[in-house]
Amino acid sequence: MMGLAVYWVIFGLMMIGLYITIVDGNLIKKVVGLTVFQVSVFMLYIAIANVEGASVPILVAGVDNYSNPLPHVLILTAIVVGIATVALALALIVRIRESFGTIEESELDLTTPDSQNDH
Amino acid sequence: MTINNLAILHVILPLLAAPILLLVNRERVAFWITMAVSVAVLIFVSLLLIEVRANGPIYYFLGGWNPPLGIEYRIDLLSAFMLLIVATVATVTLPYAAVNQTTELESDAYVKFYVVWLISFGALLGLASSGDIFNIFVFLEISALSSYILIAMGRDKRALLASFQYLVVGTIGATFFLIGIGLLYAQTGTLNLLDLSNRVEELKDSPTAITAFCFLAAGILLKLAAFPLHGWIPNAYAYAPSSVSALFAGTATKIALYLLIRIIHTVFGIEFALGILPFDELIILLGLCGVFAGSIKAIFEDNLKRMFAYSSVAQVGYLMIGVGLLSASGLTATLVHVFNHALMKSAVFLALGAVIYRTGLVSIKDIAGLGTRMPLTMATIVIAGFSLIGLPATSGFISKWYLVTSVLEQDRWILAALILAGSLLAAIYVFRIIEAAWFNPPRHEVREAPLPLLVPLCLLAFANIYFGFDTRFSVGVSTAISQLVFLEPL
Repeated sequence: MMGLAVYWVIFGLMMIGLYITIVDGNLIKKVVGLTVFQVSVFMLYIAIANVEGASVPILVAGVDNYSNPLPHVLILTAIVVGIATVALALALIVRIRESFGTIEESELDLTTPDSQNDH
Repeated sequence: MTINNLAILHVILPLLAAPILLLVNRERVAFWITMAVSVAVLIFVSLLLIEVRANGPIYYFLGGWNPPLGIEYRIDLLSAFMLLIVATVATVTLPYAAVNQTTELESDAYVKFYVVWLISFGALLGLASSGDIFNIFVFLEISALSSYILIAMGRDKRALLASFQYLVVGTIGATFFLIGIGLLYAQTGTLNLLDLSNRVEELKDSPTAITAFCFLAAGILLKLAAFPLHGWIPNAYAYAPSSVSALFAGTATKIALYLLIRIIHTVFGIEFALGILPFDELIILLGLCGVFAGSIKAIFEDNLKRMFAYSSVAQVGYLMIGVGLLSASGLTATLVHVFNHALMKSAVFLALGAVIYRTGLVSIKDIAGLGTRMPLTMATIVIAGFSLIGLPATSGFISKWYLVTSVLEQDRWILAALILAGSLLAAIYVFRIIEAAWFNPPRHEVREAPLPLLVPLCLLAFANIYFGFDTRFSVGVSTAISQLVFLEPL
């Protein structure tokens, strides 16, 4: 059971992140939630790569049991994607704040009728 | 140069050209480079389709590493068909985008628009070419990130909100996909699609593999804007520049559908998918809900771009029904409809863009009387609309015909009746447009759209009719694909 503990932690984090993203009305906090959600998935990959009692995947004399390096590499890519997403989200939030003067979802109304643009 | 290099050239070219545009930073030059790249890609992709159809799949191993260790690009008939759809829609839409951007973009965004457009284009092509599931995830995110940017370029400030909403939902979807890949990798130790399919067979009862399948499917359904995960699509399409709506309506959801077919048929196989849940019934049910929810929302929508975004939800519903039948004829119907729907929706959004070009507005009351003022533009909307309904002599009729035939093959009479009822709902919103455009007095004194906008419109409108008569290409290729998928194990 203890062997699975790390997965419980990871899926717990995942759900916390998802919950914040869905429930919180502040756009910045939404992005924070999204990041927690993504990072928990990165941790899932690292946990998968772990081999009991193994060393880090660096070639040295006397060690012949290594963790799987492939998920590490994959996650390096996924982290870059995650950073790009967060950067874009924050850039959008800056522009939203410039245009609407607020970043609270309750004060931002996407469904306003088009009449306000009707000249 | 061997033919195998073709399997990756169409992905590299747009991705390489994008930073070059940024360095050049001249609008005219940027347009012509983008145009040259699109045409070149269209030629490559056509060659690919001919080659693949004649001699079977083409492989390219990145960096010379053989699969399953290295990343493999594998173009089979299904990939080539999707590539051709993406390249065609993008190439037809581009000259239009160049003219249209003066009304729908800020003036400092012109060059950036082409840069992001090319990245988005390259990513969509990459999605359909790659044979490595993690590579597919990366392209999924590249195409998603570039689409958030393109949507946010819309002039209406609500485009920013629509883009943010799509970003949150899209990232959750992509992360679900990533979780699925991780769980699958933990079980099989491979990322290559073909290698996966060999190893998944032994995992029929593994809960981890089942969870992986569910995460992958949920992520894709989000990207596909399948009911009930379609919440992001109406605003995204409504506030994006029209050329962008046309590109995405024609390609992005289609590529998501391609991924769904890949995951079900290539990776997991039908038996696995059916073993977990009544997956076929689930997909059909969601598809049907999508058809009705989308069509009914479209009927009551006054903003035309949002109306046709809802209509896309309905059309995705038809596509899902075809996939859910899990039969060769069902898959054929879906693929035919993928092709035809790309033609219809691109035509509609381009025509709406032409209306915006002249009037600046796009609600149903603004097109009043435009039938006589902008005859060609409105005629395109009507032809594409008839095609959406599935009236005979349009390409939509062919799609509906194949879909209903394949449903009846399984003796599902109620389902067939419901599909036809859905078409009647489409008729209601299309006739609302006809009524407004021809039977109401004009509200705006405008002229017909300029020639560069009209040419792509008329081409697509013509294609909508042409493929209603000559089905050798659309049906021929689709049938060949579904035979490959169902008869020969991949």
